[in-house]
Amino acid sequence: MSTHSDTAEVFEEHGTAGHQEFGFWLYLMSDLVLFSAIFATFAVLSESYAGGPTGAELFDLSFVFIETMLLLLSSAACGMAILAMHAGKDSRVLQWLALTFLLGLGFIAMELHEFQLLIAEGHGPGRSAYLSAFFTLVGTHGLHVASGLVWMAVMMYQVKTKGLSVMVQARMMRLSMFWHFLDIVWVAVFTVVYLMGAL
Amino acid sequence: MKHTSHSTGATTGSLKSYITGFILSVVLTAMAFGAVMSEALAPRVTIITIFTAAVLQILVHLYYFLHLNSSSEARWNILAMIFTVLIMALFVGGSIWIMHNLNIRMM
Repeated sequence: MSTHSDTAEVFEEHGTAGHQEFGFWLYLMSDLVLFSAIFATFAVLSESYAGGPTGAELFDLSFVFIETMLLLLSSAACGMAILAMHAGKDSRVLQWLALTFLLGLGFIAMELHEFQLLIAEGHGPGRSAYLSAFFTLVGTHGLHVASGLVWMAVMMYQVKTKGLSVMVQARMMRLSMFWHFLDIVWVAVFTVVYLMGAL
Repeated sequence: MKHTSHSTGATTGSLKSYITGFILSVVLTAMAFGAVMSEALAPRVTIITIFTAAVLQILVHLYYFLHLNSSSEARWNILAMIFTVLIMALFVGGSIWIMHNLNIRMM
C-alpha cells in the first residue's frame, strides 16, 4: 500500500472520479445561470440601437458560419483526444489536443478580428445599449474559450511530463466537459445574436 | 500502466458517437444559417426554423458529446440540468416579459 501515493488512492476509490465530474457539472450549470443573465440582458436591449447600427447592418453571417465550424471541429477533435486517452496513447492525445487548441485559437482570433473591426468603425460597446450587450455576451463566451485554451495548454504540458496518470485523466475529462459545454453556449449565441440579428 | 478505472458513463463516448454528433451538428448549423442567408422563407417560418435547429443541436451536443442519456449514472446530471433550465426560463422569460410590458406602458 505504501507504494501508492495518497492522492492516487483517493482517486482509485470507487466512484470518486464520478463525484468530481458531477461537481464540475454543477459548476457548468451555475455558469449557465451566469450566461442566462447576460442573455436576458441582451434580449431586453436587443432593439436599443440609440440611432446606431442594427445587427443586420453589422454582421457577416458567412464569417460567423466559419467561426462556428471551427468550434465544432474543435469539439470533435477534443472527443478524439479523449478516445485516444482511453486507449492509453499519450502521443495521440497530444496530437489531438494540439489540433483542438489550434482550432479554438482560430475561433478566438476570428472573434478578436470582428471586435477590432467593429471598434475601428466606431461601433464599439459605447455606441449603444445594444452594442454593450453584444460585446458583453459574445465577449464573455470568448473569455471562457480563452481560459479553456489556457487550461488545454496546461493539460498538454501535464500529459507530456506526467503521462496519462489517473489525476491527469480526470482533469482531461473535465476539460472535455468544459469544451463541449462552450460549444452548446455558442449554439445559443449564434442563434440569438447573429441569426436573429440578421433577420 | 493502464488506467481504465473510469466507472462513470457521463463523458465517455465512442468514435461513432462523436462522428454522428459532429455530422448532425454541421447539418443543423448549415440549415439554420441557410434559412437566414437564403431569405427563402417567411420571417416567422425562419425564426421557428432557427430555434428548432438550435434546440435540436443542443440536444445533439448533450447526447453525443456530453453523453447524457437515460442511464442511472447520468440521472443526477440531468436532474441538475432540468433545475438549471427552469431557472434560465424564469430568468430570461421573466426579464423579457417584464421589460416588454414596461416598454409598452412607457410609450
